Formats: sequence, C-alpha cells, structure tokens
Amino acid sequence: MTPNDNPAAEPDQERQSECQMQAASADPAAGSLKTSRRDFLKGGGMLGVSSLMGAGALMAQSDNAQAAAEWAEHFQGNYRLMSPQEKAEARARLERRYSAEYGKKVTVDGTEAQPGVLMGYALNVRKCIGCRRCVKACVEENNQSRGEKPGERIEWIQVLRMERGEFSKDKMNQGYPEGLGIQVGGNAYTPAGQVLEGQYHYEPKAVPEKEATYMPIACMQCEKPPCVKVCPVRTTYREADGPVVIDYNWCIGCRMCMSACPYWARRINLTNPVLPNEAMNPVTHYLGNRPRMRGVVEKCHWCLQRTRKGRYPACVEVCPVGARKFGNLLDPESEVSLILARKNVFRLKAELNTFPKFFYFYD
Amino acid sequence: MSFAPDYIRYIIKGSTKFYVWMAFLAFLSSIALYGFYLQNTEGLIVTGLTSQIHEGLYFANLVFLVGVAAGAVTIVFPAYVYHHKAMHEVTVLGEMLAITAVIMVMLFVFAHMGRPDRLWHMLPFIGIYNMPGSMLAWDVLVLNGYLLLNLICGFYYLYTKYTGGEVNRKFFMPLVYTSIVWALSIHTVTAFLISTLPARPMWFHSMMPIRFIMTAFAAGPCLIILIFMIIRKNTRMWIQDEAINLLSVIITWCLGIALFLTLSEIVVELYARTEHANGLYYLMFGLHDLTRLVPWFWGSLIAMLVAFAMFLIPSVRTNYKLLPVACVLGFGGIWVEKGMGLVVPGFIPTPIGEVTEYYPTLIEIMMSIGLWAMGFFILTILLKGAIGILVGDVRFKSAAQATSNDVANSGGIAAHGPT
Repeated sequence: MTPNDNPAAEPDQERQSECQMQAASADPAAGSLKTSRRDFLKGGGMLGVSSLMGAGALMAQSDNAQAAAEWAEHFQGNYRLMSPQEKAEARARLERRYSAEYGKKVTVDGTEAQPGVLMGYALNVRKCIGCRRCVKACVEENNQSRGEKPGERIEWIQVLRMERGEFSKDKMNQGYPEGLGIQVGGNAYTPAGQVLEGQYHYEPKAVPEKEATYMPIACMQCEKPPCVKVCPVRTTYREADGPVVIDYNWCIGCRMCMSACPYWARRINLTNPVLPNEAMNPVTHYLGNRPRMRGVVEKCHWCLQRTRKGRYPACVEVCPVGARKFGNLLDPESEVSLILARKNVFRLKAELNTFPKFFYFYD
Repeated sequence: MSFAPDYIRYIIKGSTKFYVWMAFLAFLSSIALYGFYLQNTEGLIVTGLTSQIHEGLYFANLVFLVGVAAGAVTIVFPAYVYHHKAMHEVTVLGEMLAITAVIMVMLFVFAHMGRPDRLWHMLPFIGIYNMPGSMLAWDVLVLNGYLLLNLICGFYYLYTKYTGGEVNRKFFMPLVYTSIVWALSIHTVTAFLISTLPARPMWFHSMMPIRFIMTAFAAGPCLIILIFMIIRKNTRMWIQDEAINLLSVIITWCLGIALFLTLSEIVVELYARTEHANGLYYLMFGLHDLTRLVPWFWGSLIAMLVAFAMFLIPSVRTNYKLLPVACVLGFGGIWVEKGMGLVVPGFIPTPIGEVTEYYPTLIEIMMSIGLWAMGFFILTILLKGAIGILVGDVRFKSAAQATSNDVANSGGIAAHGPT
C-alpha cells in the first residue's frame, strides 16, 4: 500500500545517481529504474482514491466476521435514493455490524415520516436553570463518542451562559470596554445577555447562578437550512416531517455544512468514536442515533428513533423544570402550536432567513 | 507515439544536484504519505482541528494554491492577448505551474476531507453531484476543467514543438482564451465557497472574490519569477528580462490593490466594531488574551508592505539581486494572510460565540510540507520536460541525442542570449 511505495523508490534513486557518476552516457539498463520512478510518480499522483480505498479495505479486514458486511456497506448508495428493499438490506447490514461490535442486539429502525406531521420545538428561556441534564441525556440516548481525549467527546447541545450585566455609577466615564473602537462617550455597563465572544464552559458549584441566565442551543431544524444547500453530495437533507438528517454512510466529511450553519449545530467525528459497550443505546434509527464513524458529521435530529414512534426527544423528557416542549406544528392542539399561538416567541438569527422550527419563548 | 518515452527518458536523467533535490522532495513526500495513512486510520484527530475550528492548514493551503494556479494566467494573458513576445516564449511554463498547482489543490483536498475513500459519492450518476446548489460542487467542476484545459494546451504546444510542426490555431486559440477566463473563474468560485456563508461574518462580504484574485495575481507571479530565475541559473533556457519585468509590474499593481482591500476591510470592520468584526479583531489584536495569530498578521502585513515598496520603486524592481527578496516577502506575506489570516479567524469565534484557538500538530505541519514537496516534485518534472522540449533537447526522431546533454547540468554552457 502507500507506506510501501516509498522504500522501493528511494534506494532506486540512490542507485541511479551512483550510476550517473560512473557512466558518462545513458545506460539502457536504466530502463528498470525508470519504471520504479514512474510508478512512484503515478502512485504519488493518484494516491488519493486508490490507496485510501485500499486502506479502507485493510481496515475492514481487521475483523474477519465483519469483513463481508463492511465491504458491501462501503459501496452502498445514498439512503434516500434506495428502494425499500435496499434500505432494509442496508439496515440489516448495520444491525449485524453493530450487534457484533457492541456485543448486544442492536436494532436499526427505518420508520419513515408520517403524513400530517411537522415536528416543532419550543424552549422557555425563563425556566432554564443551566443544569445541563439535557446535554447528558442527549449524549446517552444518541450514542455520541465520549472518550477522554479532546476531540473524542461530542455534545450536540451547547448551553450558553449569559451574564446579567449591570450599569454602575463608578463606570460612568470609563469609556468602552477594551477593543470596542473609537470612544465617543461614557460607558456605565458590563455586557449583558448573549454576546458573541466568550467561552461557554461553565462549572459553578450550583446552578442557576444569580449573575447568569442560560440558553441551550442545538440544531434548529431549519425550513431553509444553509447546511443542506452547501452539501456537495446531498447527504444532509430535510425529511418530510421536518428534521434535517444526515446519511452517515454517504457523508464525505468535507465539513462545508459545519461552516454554513449559523448556530454551530454540527459536529465532526475526528476519530473512531469511543463508545463503551455498556453505554451504547441499542435502539437506533438509520438517520438518527445509530453509532457513527470516523470522519463524518453528526448533529441533533430530534431523536428520530423516539419521535417517529410518538415519544419525546430525550432532552424534553429529562428537563427537570419543563423548559422544553415538543410537538406537531400541524396539530393546532399540540403543545408547541399552543405556545406559538399564545406566548411571546422568537427565533435566533432570524435575519438569516433560515426559518428554524426551534422556537424560544418566555412567559 | 514516441513522445512519451522520449519525454520520460529526458526527465529522468539529470545532474547530481537534480537527484539530490528530487530525493529530498521524495523524502518529504513520504512523510505526507504517512500522514495520509494516519488520517485514514486514526482520523483527523491527529491534526489540530476541532468542531469549533474545523478548517486549518490544509484548507488554507488549498485556497492559496488555487490562487497560484489562477496566477498562471498572468503569463498566458499577455502572451496571447497582447502578443507579448517574451511572455509567449514561456507561456507553457506557466501552464505547467498551473497543472501542478491544481494537482496540489487536489492533494490538499484529500488531506482535508474526513472520508477521502468516499470521494466517489460526488461523481455524477454513480453518486450524487449537487449542482447547482453546492459551491463545492462548482469548485470541483472548475478545478477539473482548468486542469484539463492546461493539460491539453500545455502538452499540445509541447508536442507540436517536439515534432517541429505548427500549432493548429483553430484548435488551440479557443482553448487558450477559454483557459484565461477559466483561471479567473476557479479562484472566484473558491472565494464564493466561503463568501456565501452568512454564518461566517468575517468572510461574508462581496469583496472576497476580488481580494482572492488580487492576492493570487500577486503571489502567483512572485513564485513564477523565482522559478524563472532558477531556470535561468540552472538550465540552458534563457528567459527574457521583459517577461520578468512585466510580471513585476503585474505584481506591483495587484499587491497594491490587495493591500488597499486589506486596509478597506480594517477600516470598515473596526470603525463600528460590531461583534461581526470579532474574527478580524482576534487576528489583529487577540481576543480575551488569546493572541496566537497576532504576530503572524503583523508579520505578514509588514512583509507585504515592504514587498510592495520594493516593487513600486523601478530601480529596485529591475534589480535582479533584490527582486527575489521582494518576491519571497510577497509570496510569504500573502500565504500567511490568505491562510492563517483568513481561514482560521473565520472560525473564531464560532457562530454562537465560543472563542477557541487553533494549534496545528506536528503531523499536520509535516504533512503540509510533504504535500508541497510532492507538488515541487511534479513541478520539477513538468518544467524539466517542457524546457527540454523548448530548447530543443527533446526532438522527434532524435531520441538517442536527447538524453546526453541534459538540461539540468551546470549553467556553464548556458547561452545567455542578448535579446
């Protein structure tokens, strides 16, 4: 494979330079050396597709029992374009692979979108206490990678901690905080609410803290998703019942969608996911919480494995203060529809015309 | 067809200097191959990328190299549209650089992708090719088209020189004119790739394509001038002063406009200093004591200003002892500004405000160096072959002669032509 190409090439080059110093004229015996240099150049030039596919094959052969299943999986098409038969085959392949890998019976569901359903979500910003139970429940439900090393831990929900600012007399003539441009007057305040610069890692002794409010953010499941528009292989798309999903086996890992998302909702698997067997949730959906692989993008999908069977997403269930609401936007009696009708509702970054189906409200 | 064997036989023979150079490049390339292996077994975790900053050295290099590929048009355009005689003699060398640069872009794309083994997913009919929605799909189209155009134009020209025939202008000229316009398109589409993302306020402005083109037309000719000087010193081919001087003038203009655009960006963003300017502020002054890129920014700005001043003064621009210094400063300054100065700060802070920094790992740095080495390897071969044909060492039916006095010997027999 690729690591083998080079040891062959270099000794040939040394031999050839020796040849050159001894013989003045071209030696036809150099023909054989020509080939190795040419092959190296060819290999170097075309190394991308062929050698990496070979590396993929090498990796697939690491466990003989899975080799056959993985080979077919490498060449499967895009899930959305498959016939029902092919979809069932793809799911069965995955069930076999995951069951062997995690030592328990794993199911990969393929429930389609129900007609007359458009999923929606509403979050009460007054109620959130920043406990991050939703973050933890999401990770446990959806089989995210959870290793120790940086890059091995993925969390789909980001909770923003926002300071309660204040205006004070002794700051009246201090001028703007550092870096805010040309001074044109006094400044009596410390920044309040959501500011677009800061770190979002907080570890207080207890929540909620008096000087902070909290706002969780995850995928907004936009009706006009920027991530869907930029995907070069159309692996991420909006399903008929609302959530924006990813076919993990089709993703090429170009990360254009991650650049395009204004809510930083998408994560990349930088390595082979670290998922202990006991912690793995065996009830999965093909487009939902099935274990992902190295190099593909993932994000919140409103717990398809639950919501398509009439349950709530894990974050909604676990929230201890009932800040999270979920339901069918097309049903006027659902919780979310009632919230839209009665509460003061807003969406984040609405000026970007993404039309999220994740609403924030306060009461 | 004896062209291929003659060509190959010619490029393989060389002086000791040539073999040492190629062995050095091959060694560096092998590090890149090892990096590919690591990235395709362990994943991108061996680099410094994170979900917050998920485009780093590889993306920066590939964006820069698209610019270098587009910069080859600064040779082709004067040669064929203005019939600049000195440029006309070296056009094919520019095309060889363009071919190499596009190949390097593709190598960096393989390094950058999470799953290069799934690249076939992008092919039309067997995969899904998202046209016209995805800018990346457009980029793939224009880059492959440009590669094809330059391969055809360059090697057709070389082939006619090799056989001593005449270029069929009915076939050749439309392709050349297409490649001139196409060169602008490759870098414009690459600019659109990042400038059409409202999620990234540092990139989301209409100035981006102009800035890309101007920096490309400054950095590309800087490299070309350096290559021309190396060719003058090490081969029998003599490149006219007029060609080099015209390139210097092009650099002067384009570097000047690029600096003007940088100044414009700084004023517009920092006058009101909204939160959208956080990326630029991080680059120039740091945010919350995270200042890793600040020396790079100021260093690159100083390098570009010094280079611009040197190019502006005619007596310095035409002094071929100082010109390489200006070229190195210009090339390096633009590389930093387009790479670390543009790609990385676009992700700082994240769209929802998290400020993090990017720490490229040793593997990432060595892999980037290795991929550049691969590029220079290919470039050396392509230029050697082209020069051999241009100076007449490789000719049809003179196969045995072609290999004896190879071009890469010392410059002792260099014929320094007067005109």
